[in-house]
Amino acid sequence: MSTFRQKIEQGTFVITAEVAPPKGVDVTAALATVRSLAGIDAVNVTDNQGANMRMSPLALASLLLREGVEPILQLTCRDRNRMALQSDLLGAAALGVTNLLLISGDHPGFGDHPQARAVFDLDSVQLLQTVGRLNSGEDLSGAKLTGVPQFFTGAAMTPEAEPFELIFQKYRKKVEAGAQFFQTQAVYDLTRMEHFMAAARPLGRPVLLGVLLLRSAGMARFLNAHIPGVRVGAALIERLAAAQNPLDEGVAIAREQVAYARDHCQGVHLMTLGHEDRIPAILR
Amino acid sequence: MIISEQKSQTELLVQLTEKEHIFLIGCAACATACKVGGEEEVFQMQEWLQSLGKEVTGSVVIDEACHIMRAGRDLRHHKVAVAAADALLVLACGAGIQSISACSEKRVVGGLNSLFLGNIRRLGQFEEKCSLCGECILNETAGICPVTICAKGLLNGPCGGVEDGKCETDRELDCAWHLIYERLKVQGRSGVFARTVEPKNWGKKFKPGRHENKK
Repeated sequence: MSTFRQKIEQGTFVITAEVAPPKGVDVTAALATVRSLAGIDAVNVTDNQGANMRMSPLALASLLLREGVEPILQLTCRDRNRMALQSDLLGAAALGVTNLLLISGDHPGFGDHPQARAVFDLDSVQLLQTVGRLNSGEDLSGAKLTGVPQFFTGAAMTPEAEPFELIFQKYRKKVEAGAQFFQTQAVYDLTRMEHFMAAARPLGRPVLLGVLLLRSAGMARFLNAHIPGVRVGAALIERLAAAQNPLDEGVAIAREQVAYARDHCQGVHLMTLGHEDRIPAILR
Repeated sequence: MIISEQKSQTELLVQLTEKEHIFLIGCAACATACKVGGEEEVFQMQEWLQSLGKEVTGSVVIDEACHIMRAGRDLRHHKVAVAAADALLVLACGAGIQSISACSEKRVVGGLNSLFLGNIRRLGQFEEKCSLCGECILNETAGICPVTICAKGLLNGPCGGVEDGKCETDRELDCAWHLIYERLKVQGRSGVFARTVEPKNWGKKFKPGRHENKK
């Protein structure tokens, strides 16, 4: 059993970060980033994030294990049909990669291969169910597996998306489909996070609050304009704009979010986008 | 109906290289409604081809070009003009084009790109509502198809890309799941939200599709 899983199941506060596989075959920079992470329990390995083609996250996740870093393999429904997904999942289990984050995935229209055919043979709820089937020793067709994987399965949630009732019914479906933990999209309005947590708590799944480090007021405005479900309030933008060193202010904001999570969630998922050196300051 | 658009003149010129005697075929059904393959467009095509110095040996607008036997019969009525042509230029959807290639060994040049099965909003404005997926879920989704209208075809609710009821792929497009949610709410029923929808049976969408009416 993975230590990440043990910690979550024991109710320990966990910290995750993320790394993107390279565009190419040289993993030096990705591994250097991962090695530099201190105090992190597991690292998400993104899957063609933003619909931009990169190295297989399964390959990088496997390399992380060799480094002694526990990966959380992200798998999207965008690029693989149910056969390829199950096939990759069995491969992941054989390589010792058992923590998963299962998501729909950004539409190919956003990325660097906009002419690609989007797959979405399964949706994220169905992919969660699929992993449950594999964990029970059979595939989606009901055929028995030789050796049974023991995946620890996470799902995503956007707490600030509206209408809340519509978004939350999917959260409920993900819980019923077997999600064992959740990592959220970045949340900056902690009142709204509390609104979500009040609804989520009775369902009993550990929630890791998404903390996206803000570099500047410009970045905050960009998120508001372009990233669905992410809302940086005017007061935070004002703080960033007024700060002598906006990145320091972003770290301070992230620290407040982590403080909230320590009291109300079971962990944080840090998205520091190249500023991994600031993680110790965020966690201090 | 099948929504289609005319191929560019540049592309058609390449396809018609060294084809000097052309028989023109239109369709009185969808291609006429889309204004890309009716009487008027066949006539315009004829004028354009003649302006290029090509000969139009004849033309016909078939009632429904997708009707294989009817298309064959209409071509036989123009036997001489068809025989004189070294290419048949078809202004019909991909189905119509293949009715023609099913009953003639002549070089068939398709003049249209077929886009989707579409509804007409108003003249010249079309919207895709149905993907012909073979396993209809509309009874549970308040008559709004997530397979088609959701850009990802998700079956268990919206992705994280919904914002103000709009789709992440295009802020002009409504999120299908938001529409379904609002309509079911008005109707006071939970519909599809009451269950987790199983993975879709794409085996029903076996290619090529075949169907016979049961007696």
